Amino acid sequence: MQIHISAGSPQSIYRQIADQIRQAIVSGKLNVGDAVPSVRQLAKELAINPNTVAKAYSELTRDGILEGQSGRGCVVASRKNVYTKTERLRRLDLVLDSLVSEALTLGFSCEEITERLTKRLEKLIPEQKTC
Amino acid sequence: MLNDLAISAQGLTRYFGNRPVVEHLDLSVPRGSITGLLGLNGAGKTTTLRMLMGFLTPSRGESQLLGKDSQLLTAEDRARIGYTVEGHFLYGWMTVRQSEKFQRETFPRWNGSMFESTVRRFGIDPAQKIRVLSRGQRAGVSLAPTLAAEPELLVLDDPAMGLDPVSRGALNVTLLDFCNNGLRTILLSSHSLDDVERVTDRVLVMVHGRLVVNTTVDDFRNRVSSWSLEVPPATRAMHSIPGLIFAKQIGERTVVTVADYDEETEAALMRVGGHSTERLPITFGEAVTAYLSQSRESDSFFANTGA
Repeated sequence: MQIHISAGSPQSIYRQIADQIRQAIVSGKLNVGDAVPSVRQLAKELAINPNTVAKAYSELTRDGILEGQSGRGCVVASRKNVYTKTERLRRLDLVLDSLVSEALTLGFSCEEITERLTKRLEKLIPEQKTC
Repeated sequence: MLNDLAISAQGLTRYFGNRPVVEHLDLSVPRGSITGLLGLNGAGKTTTLRMLMGFLTPSRGESQLLGKDSQLLTAEDRARIGYTVEGHFLYGWMTVRQSEKFQRETFPRWNGSMFESTVRRFGIDPAQKIRVLSRGQRAGVSLAPTLAAEPELLVLDDPAMGLDPVSRGALNVTLLDFCNNGLRTILLSSHSLDDVERVTDRVLVMVHGRLVVNTTVDDFRNRVSSWSLEVPPATRAMHSIPGLIFAKQIGERTVVTVADYDEETEAALMRVGGHSTERLPITFGEAVTAYLSQSRESDSFFANTGA
C-alpha cells in the first residue's frame, strides 16, 4: 500500500497516516498478519519526522488495529475488539451524531443521507456489498 | 536532567541600545529532537541563535549548549556543535571536491560518505565548480561540511531561505537522515511552515523578542483552535475571550484563533458570537500565522498565552 501525506492540511500528518492505514485494512488492501513498513522506513519514504509515524502506529496499536511482532515490526492484528459493545456503540453514535447534524445542515433528507451512506459503504468495503 | 538537554536558556535577554531584541527567553531543547524556531523577520531569532552559540553576549541571563555555558565554549566543545548561517562564504573557483579537502582540515572528525551523500542529494557532482551551482545547490555545499564533521548538535539559521521546492525537499531529507540515529539534535530557524510541520517534532514561536510557543508540534496543533463568529470584530468584546491569539475580520465574519480552548473560552465565544459560533478546521501553518499576525497589527488582539 502507498501512503500519501501532505503538510499544510487541517489534518495532522500522524492522523493522515493512521486514517490511511485504517482505510487500507477495511478496504482489504491490508490483511490480518500483513506487515506495515517500519517507522524508520515510512518516515524516510515520506520525508517526515519518525516520531510522527511512531505516534500513528502507537495509536493504531492502542486501538488493537496493529500489533507488535518481534522481528517483524508492526503487523495488522486479527480483528478483536478492545472496547466493550456498549463503548463501541457509544463511539459509533458520536460519529453518527456529527454526521447527521452536518448532513441535515447541508439540507439533505433522511433518505438521501441513508442512500449516500450505503453507497459510500459499498465503495469503501466492496466485498461486503450485501450489508 | 541537564544532560538530557542539548540546549537550555534561562532569562536570556539582549538589548541593542535601549531596545530589547530578545526578552527573558527560557528554553530547553531535548537531545535527539528536531526543533523549529519560527518568527517574523526581526522577532529575535538570529540574535537568540547567536547568543546560544556564544557569538553574542547576552545583556542578562545565560544559556548552555550540551551542558556547557554558551559564553565559555572551548574549541573541543565547538567541534561537537555544527552551525551554519545563510550566505555562508564559499570560494567560487573551487570545485566541490576541492572545497571538501580545504574544509576537512579544520575539523577533527570527518565523515566523507556523509559529505558525499549530502551533495549528491542536492544534485551536485563533486567535480563541479562552485561558481556554476544554483543557489539551492550552494546551500547543499554549505551544509555538507557541517554535517560531515558529525556534530552532536546542529544549529541552522534559516537553512531553507531562498531555496526552490526541490532543494527544500533535499534539505528535509538530509536533516532527517542526519538525525536518524536518534542521538543528534537540530535547532533550525525557518519561515517554511510546511517543512517545519514535516521535519520537526518541537516548535518554538517568537513574537517581538519573546518566546510565545514552546512545545511539540502535536501538542501545539491540539491546543490551538479556530472559530468563526458571525459578527464584526469589536476589540473590547474580543479581549474578553480567554486564550485569544488573534482575531481577523473576513467580510461580515470574525475568525478567532485561541489557545487552550475550554468551557470558559466556549462561554466567551458564545457571548460574543451567539449561536453563529462555528469551529473551523485549522492547519499547522495557520496556527503559527495567527501568532505571527499579532505582531503585525497595530490594533492587535494580543494575548499573552503561550501554547
